[in-house]
Amino acid sequence: MNMLLRTSPLRRVLLTALAALLVLIASQVLDPFRNFQFATIAAYLCATAGLTVLTGLNGQLSLGHGALMASGAYSVALIQDAFGGRRLAAGWILVVTLLGALAVGVAAGAVIGLAAARLQGPHLAGLTLGVAVIVPSLATTFDALFGGEQGLPVQAAQPPLALGATFPYERWQVWLAWTITLPTILLLTNLVHSRLGRDMRAVRDHEVAASLSGIDVARTRVVTFTVSAGCAALGGALLAVLTQVASPGSYPLTLSVFLLMAVVIGGLDSLTGAIWGALLLVALPDLAQSVTGLFSFPPGEAQRWEGNLPTAAFGLMLITVMAVAPTGVSGLQRRVVRAAADRWRARRPNPGAETP
Amino acid sequence: MSAAPLLTVRDLVAGYGNAAPVLRSVSFDVEPGSITAVVGANGAGKTTLMRALSGLIRPAAGELRFDDVDLREVPVERRVRHGLAHVPQGHGVVAELTVDENLRLGGLWRRDRADARRAVAEVYEMFEPLALRRRHAGHQLSGGERQMLALGRALVGRPRLLLLDEPSLGLAPKAVAQTMALLRRLRDESAVAVLLAEQSLRGALSVADRGIVMSQGQLVFTAPAKDLRDNPHLRQLYLGF
Amino acid sequence: MLLERFVFLTLDGLARGTAYAAFALALVLIWRAARVVNFAQGAMAVACVYVAHSVTAATGSYWAGFGAAVASGLVLGAAVDFCVMRLAAGTASHLNSVIIALGLVLIIQAVLGIAYGNEYLPTPAPFDRTAITVGEFVLLSPFDLFVIGTVAAAVAALAWLFGRTPVGLRMRAGAFAPEVSRLLGVNVGGMLTLGWALAAGLGAIAGMLVVPTELALHPHAMDLVFVASFTAAVIGGLDSPPGVVVGGLAVGLTLSYVSGYLGGDLSPLATLLLLLAVLLVRPEGLITRAKVRRV
Repeated sequence: MNMLLRTSPLRRVLLTALAALLVLIASQVLDPFRNFQFATIAAYLCATAGLTVLTGLNGQLSLGHGALMASGAYSVALIQDAFGGRRLAAGWILVVTLLGALAVGVAAGAVIGLAAARLQGPHLAGLTLGVAVIVPSLATTFDALFGGEQGLPVQAAQPPLALGATFPYERWQVWLAWTITLPTILLLTNLVHSRLGRDMRAVRDHEVAASLSGIDVARTRVVTFTVSAGCAALGGALLAVLTQVASPGSYPLTLSVFLLMAVVIGGLDSLTGAIWGALLLVALPDLAQSVTGLFSFPPGEAQRWEGNLPTAAFGLMLITVMAVAPTGVSGLQRRVVRAAADRWRARRPNPGAETP
Repeated sequence: MSAAPLLTVRDLVAGYGNAAPVLRSVSFDVEPGSITAVVGANGAGKTTLMRALSGLIRPAAGELRFDDVDLREVPVERRVRHGLAHVPQGHGVVAELTVDENLRLGGLWRRDRADARRAVAEVYEMFEPLALRRRHAGHQLSGGERQMLALGRALVGRPRLLLLDEPSLGLAPKAVAQTMALLRRLRDESAVAVLLAEQSLRGALSVADRGIVMSQGQLVFTAPAKDLRDNPHLRQLYLGF
Repeated sequence: MLLERFVFLTLDGLARGTAYAAFALALVLIWRAARVVNFAQGAMAVACVYVAHSVTAATGSYWAGFGAAVASGLVLGAAVDFCVMRLAAGTASHLNSVIIALGLVLIIQAVLGIAYGNEYLPTPAPFDRTAITVGEFVLLSPFDLFVIGTVAAAVAALAWLFGRTPVGLRMRAGAFAPEVSRLLGVNVGGMLTLGWALAAGLGAIAGMLVVPTELALHPHAMDLVFVASFTAAVIGGLDSPPGVVVGGLAVGLTLSYVSGYLGGDLSPLATLLLLLAVLLVRPEGLITRAKVRRV
């Protein structure tokens, strides 16, 4: 998939259309609960894709993307509130809230990015860790505004009446979420292959060389952080619309670390990794639940295992990935694809005008 | 010089990573209490040879024996215990530590604490400038002082073989002459063998018993240093002066 | 009244700051030895406090628990270096060591959650936490004095170890110049493991001192403390033990004044703003020695 993505813009558009078709089919096949999960994958994908661009392509580590998602979620709640709780069914309000969330994320990203542009690895990691730890606590500090631990309610986005009165709500959620996410991913892939994308990679690989070849290193880093934060906020906004709440409990430090883990395990060096990562974020807690279901724990203990097993599994996978396959799942997948392609090419006498 | 050699190198192949090896089958001996100069142009493989001998890089093939010990079995940290001291290129003075700490560091591995202290005192006698600057940090020393410190630190371990990688690099001619005189004294008084990698040929050959000429990772010629020094034909052929 | 309040907040801030300084010093120890910021240090310290909790519950003695925390810190630190951090050693990438440390955070917090549950456990302090008053002035509590005394003793012990003993000399040399140290017979890998053990032991002590003053024992109890201590370490340039002590005290004072004059809820936000300010003004640290030339 990644190899296809590397080619022309037209191919990318076609691929996105194909993905949209797959989403459409899946939304018909899956049961309501799976459809809901499928929709949340789209929300997380926005965030992991943004983080992949930042960490994988630009070499900036962010432990704060959970907090940026939270900023998007709270923006949605607050903007909705400003509209006086008019029903989201009025489609334009949804668009305005999402754009507002995006704007807030972009602004937050620009601020952190400006600081980040001057910082080296561990300092940046520490700063973003601080953001991830402290931003959720602001919900209780300013509880008149943010609603404390309870968070703020978010109104559900109802399916348009044109789809019929009995249209399954979860299917509508899938459509909605992927309608936002797929174009975002398409934009990101185009960005990655643009000049800015080349600059990002050049800055990651060698800052001095990049600046010698005329790249504005600081500007590139700030822009990347801004784009990435915007994606995260958009993901958070989607998640708030899907779950109908914006609360600090949904965006703890652990989520920030999870997001980073997800893109590392998925594979840092391509957007395909972000897809794997988002999938993992949703699937792993589910999987852990089925695993704990196999054992007969007393009720209290079962809850402890269910809550913590995914976290432990994430940590273990992460360290294992760093030890054996630093390129992550997408790297492994690419290696397999490449090996297969090589074998296929080897069978043909003339490989054609392939350029590396 | 019919006694068993102190160091035996046979068919040594070594390099960095997966690149083509820098050293391509090098063999030679070092006799106890002798000075051997390894000369050759920049990039001939002198430093790589030194690093392979002290264990900083793992040889790809070949034999390394030091006084009947198979060196390949001995980890870097333990080679000093067998009497092998390596003063790396640029001297390797620990800049953040004081002169005194650098010297004591040279004897920390020794069981005989009293003799280690004695050895430090001897170094201070040998190099007076160091004695005056005991509490100064390594980065405050001049180039010549650093070199004294690195050499002195190696001597605290009372080595039987000193591996010196370009000790005269960046030093004034007078300091180079002093160093060479010191090496001669060590050989004559304490029977310390020296393997001396140098680009500065005249200095090295003036003090050495044997000369080894390296080129492109291979040993191209080995002869008594006197011959290399005195025979204009050989000099012209292998050393170009 | 104004003066009394100011004195109280200052002393309280200094007491808090010493604990932050100890925790930050543990970060600096590892940074100096391995050029790694140990993002798992908070989680590791919390794990040690849980060990103390169990041992105290079993034996009834706070001091047995304290000893167990320090011992488990030493073991955990050595184990982390030996089993996990070596994985990142070959790659020489900041990213990798940070990511591995975060993996550790997840594992430790999850294991603690499974073993003890995610509830808040009460942690009794060994000394009274009500402050002694002299005349109008509210001064420090016995527990505060215990905190300051313990940290001072730990710092003095470390200073002696690093400055005056052969092992300390080996550890410093191994950190500054690993290759040369190996040539001189120093087991650099062993010294690194020892450094991790000491740092984690110090982190455990700091955890024992901090947790009773925060809400209660919880797998995430040290998250915020980590950020405050990281700020302290950055003020010291990550590299300078005296600078880090000053940084810890500065952070403690700032947070004490903010929560005393502006409201306790604001102290997390103040931590973040302080970190941001320090990083923006001087990311290389406010208090650092002149850069040493490497040979």
